[in-house]
Amino acid sequence: MSAPVFKMLTANRLRDGDVLYRKGGGWVLTLAEADLYADAPAAEAALAQAEAELAQNIVVAPYLFDVRQEDGAVRPVKEREIIRAAGPTVRPDTGKQATA
Amino acid sequence: MNAPFPAPVAPNMYRYDEFDARFVSERVEQFAGQVARRLKGELTEDQFKPLRLMNGLYLQLHAYMLRVAVPYGTLSSKQIRKLAHIARTYDKGFGHFTTRQNLQFNWIKLVDVPAILRELAEVEMHCIQTSGNCVRNVTADQFAGATPEEIEDPRPLAEIIRQWSSLHPEFVFLARKFKIAVGATPHDRAALQFHDMAVEVVRNAEGRTGYKVLAGGGMGRTPYIAHVMSEFVEREDILAYLEAVLRVYNQDSRRDNIHKQRIKILINAIGPEEMRRRVDREFQELKRMGTLQLPREELDRITAYFAPPAFETGLPDTLPEAGPDFANWTRTNVHPHRAPGYAIATITLKTIGQVPGDCSAEQLDVIADIMDEFSLGEVRVTHEQNLVLPHVRKKDLPAIFAKLQELDFAAPNAGLITDIIACPGLDYCDLANARSIPVAQAIARKFADLDRQHEIGELKIKISGCINACGHHHAGHIGILGVDKKGVEFYQLLLGGSGAEDASIGEIMGPGFGEHDIADAVERVVGVYLAQRRPEERFLDTYRRIGMAPFKQAAFQKEAA
Repeated sequence: MSAPVFKMLTANRLRDGDVLYRKGGGWVLTLAEADLYADAPAAEAALAQAEAELAQNIVVAPYLFDVRQEDGAVRPVKEREIIRAAGPTVRPDTGKQATA
Repeated sequence: MNAPFPAPVAPNMYRYDEFDARFVSERVEQFAGQVARRLKGELTEDQFKPLRLMNGLYLQLHAYMLRVAVPYGTLSSKQIRKLAHIARTYDKGFGHFTTRQNLQFNWIKLVDVPAILRELAEVEMHCIQTSGNCVRNVTADQFAGATPEEIEDPRPLAEIIRQWSSLHPEFVFLARKFKIAVGATPHDRAALQFHDMAVEVVRNAEGRTGYKVLAGGGMGRTPYIAHVMSEFVEREDILAYLEAVLRVYNQDSRRDNIHKQRIKILINAIGPEEMRRRVDREFQELKRMGTLQLPREELDRITAYFAPPAFETGLPDTLPEAGPDFANWTRTNVHPHRAPGYAIATITLKTIGQVPGDCSAEQLDVIADIMDEFSLGEVRVTHEQNLVLPHVRKKDLPAIFAKLQELDFAAPNAGLITDIIACPGLDYCDLANARSIPVAQAIARKFADLDRQHEIGELKIKISGCINACGHHHAGHIGILGVDKKGVEFYQLLLGGSGAEDASIGEIMGPGFGEHDIADAVERVVGVYLAQRRPEERFLDTYRRIGMAPFKQAAFQKEAA
């Protein structure tokens, strides 16, 4: 049986486009530090709050995505989010993986 | 110590006049103001998005991406050095040549964009018409002005189309993007028949030079081969004719469904005959008004920018001998030139294992040096994500090859199975469903043996990471389309496509293959070709003769076992 699916919230930073993840009422640079939402209402509330904050011009295009927690590590369900969290698989010297 | 920097050479290409310089400069400052307003919150993202797209700025998977226009694929060494500087200063030290002869930077910060655009303007470059629902940057045969095959250099016409289409008040807000390509040879290197509109320089029965116009080609979700709109348009009428096609498209295209907004959908809905009738009606009206006639003196004025360089005479016209590696390179990467003693040299950005089309700042700088020293300061970008030195002396080819070897850009594979087109795919692109680049790398490694590549001969593999088809998978002899299957990357095979003068749309084989199986499936398909081909048959010829069945059977052999 596969691990249960949680939600996380992500967006891009307006000024440089960097990928950010939601933690508390703010944003962090890495997926590992971000908040995990165990149920849909919590995830939707976080998204609604982020959308309400768009006028502050910190981030653009917030959205929720699915993750699984396996052996203490959080891993996105879709390949797209795995790559977005790390960087291009063909250029390990770039993206967040370069400084991990 | 390094050799001294060669002085930049000014090649024969279009140079901005006062109007161009002011237009680009004003556009840069306009967008700089829009960026400032966005950062201050005076523009919302919904308001800003169409503005940034009109300036080539996308928000991709990891960062902003800035697409720089390379009109008809022609670049000077000065421009190449500027691109290297931008890569080094504002990006992560590299750029990516695209399948529309442009260059894109993948790691751009919004706050830096005004400064980058100002730097580009210094060398007569910009990002206009590289995005959005407008007439996009015009593309052309990369051998233009150099190949002995052509009737005349098509770039003056490409430049005239650029000037006509930039900020054309009727065509700023089209239903969708509109791509135009030009060529002037029977051998089509510019994929003319897969463009929204294409112009081929031709001669009529009386020996007069004019233009054949095609429209309605395209890839994407619904691929179509273009239809001939007119077999022969007189020189002075060409802008009126192109305007007539665009006017019919603009008036009659569907704007209610994003998947049905391209001109290919319109033409195939009403039929090419009806489209020709509507275009002709508009054309006659434009001719009657007489406002869009192309004066001979204007054509001559633009053509003068592209006048053939002063080629040296008395040069040796044979290829030098410089060892087997050099001989292999000349076999595929060197083509005949119009001037005795000269050749056209292709630099494939496809060294085995490389990201197709990527070029580092350091490599760009060295290429600029090579351009100045050996190619009259000029390079061309190809839609196959390679570079071309259009005017090199045959006697210099060994020295050029040696410098390319140092750069790791001396792969002798132009047109062979490892010269693969691949879009950025899911490694970079926000729209992609699957990665393209690792698949290209895996296939290139599998066929790395050069003798094997030569045994296979011409075979064009083209890979797209989604249905938008930036990697031209519909036009690949072997096409590969990445799809998302419940969050996992999956790859469909297509066979029998061609983007050349024998254009055809590839046929989908059937169910797809997993990431780790696709390269093996391609190898089995190639095996069928090698077993069944007749003398002189390319892969494409064999496929057209024997059909899909034997290839499909072999491709799925492992799965069936």
